Amino acid sequence: MSSWADRVPAVAMAMLLAAATARAAGPGHFGYGTVPTPEQIAGWDIDVRGSDGAGLPPGKGGVSRGEVVFANQCAACHGTFGEGEGRFPKLAGGQGTLTDDRPEPTVGSYWPFAPTLFDYINRAMPMPTPHTLSSDDVYALTAYILNLNNIVPNDFVADRDSLPNVRMPNRGNFIWTDPRPDTKAAACMSACVDPATITITSTAEGKDLTPRTTGPLDDMQPK
Amino acid sequence: MAARSQRGDAADAALGRRSVLGLGAALTGSLALGRDAFAEQTDAAPPSDAPWSQSLGAGVVDRPYGRPAAFEAGVIRRNVPWLTAGTESSISFSPLQSLNGIITPNGLFFERYHAGRPDVDPARHRLMIHGMVERPLLLTMPDIMRFPSVSRIHFIECPANGGMEWRAAQLNSLQFTHGMVSCAEWTGVRLSTLIEEVGVRKEATWAMVEGADGAHMNRSLPLEKCLDDCLVVYAQNGEALRPEQGYPLRLVVPGWEGNVSIKWLRRIKLGDKPWFSREETAKYTDLMPDGTSRGFTWLIDAKSVITFPCPEKPLNGPGLYEIRGLAWTGNGKVTRVDVSVDGGANWTTAQLHAPVLSKALTRFSLPWRWDGKPALLESRVTDETGYVQPTITQLRAKRGTNSIYHNNAIQTWQVKADGSVFDVQLG
Repeated sequence: MSSWADRVPAVAMAMLLAAATARAAGPGHFGYGTVPTPEQIAGWDIDVRGSDGAGLPPGKGGVSRGEVVFANQCAACHGTFGEGEGRFPKLAGGQGTLTDDRPEPTVGSYWPFAPTLFDYINRAMPMPTPHTLSSDDVYALTAYILNLNNIVPNDFVADRDSLPNVRMPNRGNFIWTDPRPDTKAAACMSACVDPATITITSTAEGKDLTPRTTGPLDDMQPK
Repeated sequence: MAARSQRGDAADAALGRRSVLGLGAALTGSLALGRDAFAEQTDAAPPSDAPWSQSLGAGVVDRPYGRPAAFEAGVIRRNVPWLTAGTESSISFSPLQSLNGIITPNGLFFERYHAGRPDVDPARHRLMIHGMVERPLLLTMPDIMRFPSVSRIHFIECPANGGMEWRAAQLNSLQFTHGMVSCAEWTGVRLSTLIEEVGVRKEATWAMVEGADGAHMNRSLPLEKCLDDCLVVYAQNGEALRPEQGYPLRLVVPGWEGNVSIKWLRRIKLGDKPWFSREETAKYTDLMPDGTSRGFTWLIDAKSVITFPCPEKPLNGPGLYEIRGLAWTGNGKVTRVDVSVDGGANWTTAQLHAPVLSKALTRFSLPWRWDGKPALLESRVTDETGYVQPTITQLRAKRGTNSIYHNNAIQTWQVKADGSVFDVQLG
């Protein structure tokens, strides 16, 4: 039995090949992989859009339930009231500090969108066992942390309808178009500054902040 | 000429000795080893025949996967313990002071994790592309490797590189002031190829890219950038990606801040708006002195640094040296690097070393005869858009001291009369 190619004249075959290679690469051009099932997509399609809450799942959770979940799942690192343990992030407070010499950016003082809080807890927390909490618990934690920041009242219940309507205090202070380049340095080559005016304003010498860069890793613990 | 050449050789020899010295100093706990210590180590120098010249070496496959010489044991990634709560959401720094050329060895490429380094089984890893597409797609690693492949050399820099230096000079080390940048040859498939394969619905303008790590780290990218030069890569400097760099699959977004080059890439979703994820709102936004914040500041502006001399590699007496350094820009190619030895009063254009590649580290050098007097060394890069690297004073005037990210200021190294080198800032 002759193959399909054997029965096609060589010229026609060349034309077919040319057509195949000349075709603009469109969807399915290579044909590798599979089309994921709706169930496969749903399992991974966890993203929630911060600005309007698109993608928020069914479920709900209130502040008091959130307090319980927080104590069990979060307080060891973030402190009972979101104050942060050690160098772990502080989640509450800091409002009005963003222009200070030492600003305290927290959920309440800095985050522009409430649905982002649900998204982040859901995808990344708790740190040792991420993405293991139920949607109800994530909603409850979101409500509790917003309440710690005095953004929602004690009886607030977070769900897919309420969260997009929470107005975050710092919402209006973000610029989403990069204004750089914001410096206009010139490549001056000679006598650019008076050498007499050049002063060292700070030095790392003697500050004791630098780990060793030879030998084994430096844990910087007192010996 | 002969005398000049000899002095040059002597300087090079001193440099070579010093790199070996690093280990000696570490072992003895002394930083004061000088030429005298070498003079005493005569068992291998002429007229003696070295012990390794009078013995049989190890055979092939003694080390089936090679490793650096034992004498280079101190050339490692290092971290700053006080910087982060733990090591799982943290950063390590490449030892730029000990590297040569534009390629970062895979074991020394800086690390940034948001939820530790996952150990991903490539047989079970999948990449899903969905959202505003004509035909969603689920790909295995063999599927991805079957697409037409490209190799490109690009740097990746964390925008927090130099972030501890906004307020003042703090870290007396090239590794810690600049080591959040590395550069590799990446091999994989163009992201545009994958996006064309699924077909873009006309309303799509953004893509969300997400990792398979515990952070499910995700960022939004304009579709235009995705279709321009982004790569979905599975290889780094000729071998499979290292787990630290996203094995088995990562995104490389050339010229943009490192965190958008999602590692352990598992999902790409097209949409018509950005996602405003935590990593592009609460983090990786730049707080200005007036309380406003800049978001979506993706571009890595042009930056350069002198890598020799530096705090870790001081000078060893007056004479001829080669000032060496690295320059890079997210805008494309480096076109010029100028070097000053007097704190920015006067500048000399350095030599750029081929290859000068777009969005890749670029080497520069300048011969310098050091007279043994105190000096203030700086480098300043200009890129193909005409952008000139600013001073820290110019940056602070616009951005204050609390923006953490995107400090691309000119670095000043203070050289003291004894040859020691310190991180300083000038006013």
